[in-house]
Amino acid sequence: MIREFSFSEVVFLVEAVRWTVLLAALAFVGGSIVGLVFAVLRVSKARLPRAAAIVYIKVFQGTPLLMQLYLVYFGANLLGLQADAWLAAALGLTFYTSAFLAEIWRGCIEAIPRGQWDGARAMALGPLLQLRFVILPQALRIAIPPTVGFMVQVLKGTSLASIIGFTELTRAAQMVNNATFRPFIVYGLVAALYFMLCWPLSAYSRRLERQLDRVRLTPAKLAAQ
Amino acid sequence: MSYVFQWGSVWPEFDKLLLGTWLTLRLSAMAMVLGLAVGVLGALGKASASRWVRALVHGYVEAVRNTPFLVQLLLIYLGLPSLGLRLTPDQAALLAMVVNLGAYATEIVRAGIEAVPHGQIEAGRALGLKPRHISRFVVLVPALRTVFPALGSQFILVMLASSVVSVISAEELTAVADTIIARNFRSFEFYFIVTGIYLALSLAFQAVFDAIDRFLFRRWSAHT
Repeated sequence: MIREFSFSEVVFLVEAVRWTVLLAALAFVGGSIVGLVFAVLRVSKARLPRAAAIVYIKVFQGTPLLMQLYLVYFGANLLGLQADAWLAAALGLTFYTSAFLAEIWRGCIEAIPRGQWDGARAMALGPLLQLRFVILPQALRIAIPPTVGFMVQVLKGTSLASIIGFTELTRAAQMVNNATFRPFIVYGLVAALYFMLCWPLSAYSRRLERQLDRVRLTPAKLAAQ
Repeated sequence: MSYVFQWGSVWPEFDKLLLGTWLTLRLSAMAMVLGLAVGVLGALGKASASRWVRALVHGYVEAVRNTPFLVQLLLIYLGLPSLGLRLTPDQAALLAMVVNLGAYATEIVRAGIEAVPHGQIEAGRALGLKPRHISRFVVLVPALRTVFPALGSQFILVMLASSVVSVISAEELTAVADTIIARNFRSFEFYFIVTGIYLALSLAFQAVFDAIDRFLFRRWSAHT
């Protein structure tokens, strides 16, 4: 039986937004932690950690997010864990997010002039302390705009979790569409909901970038110093 | 762990995977060419004197960049028929990829056009070039050269995103794998191999783009 597309369907879709936001938040937090580790390994002077970080980043940036989700989903099953859409979606998106954040943050760390490292060493700080107290606080400043911009990619990426059966906004849309068969309205509304989540972040990221531009601290300009 | 890997199950299907790889390559190549064309048109639209054209292009770019590709695909494949436009899965997949890439390419090409120094355009005028020659040889071609590495990265992202079109059963690598898996249930083995193929494709595309950048545009790429 085909149901009417009514107010209760709209409410159902709007309520599904929370799972999209929650999944994106989980992926972002997990991806930040893992990403920071790989960003630091990526700028390490030791060859092995650096090579490992390069491979990690290349593999996750060079393969489709959908494949990563499939492999985590079916891989967890092989390890004897109950195939769980929540776990697979959160874990898969964490890997994906961490690889991109690691590469973004590497750029920000490398944009800090060499002299800052030398100065920190002159203060008798060890390599990790140089990073922690001198480099990262400065890199953080230029890292914020691209990081906020990447959050948009994470939010959009969560839509693929619907394919492995995680009920977020896109999966909710499929359910509503199957019941009402009004695809244009359903997916149009869902696109509008994604837009309302993503556009403010995009706009905020652009504004931050312009502010940094004004104080002449973009990575390109810093690197040219 | 009770699961027994059966990698041997991959070999009998290898020809199908190769065909799928070819289909993905073809679909991505078509999307790249058409998407770049849309991007150039969009960038010219953003430089247009008409406020309406600029607003229209801006709306297109923002709408595409702030919504997921999967939703765009489903809107085109499932939603357009109710407006009277019925597409096959392959057509819908290509259209969605072109619409998506076109928006990103618009922004990239626009950045390239804005990076052309104004003095160059004045120099072109001083040399007596016609306006359409200036916009072509002095603005557009150098702009495309400048942003070629960024375009290449975006092309690769679109190639990877093409795996998503398997959800509407458009013909490409992931859909081929899905069909095989529906028969023999070796999900992990096949998705693992297919992931490897995608990785090889993206590395190959990167190598080709770097080579074009280096030899055709005679410039050492900033890529590392």
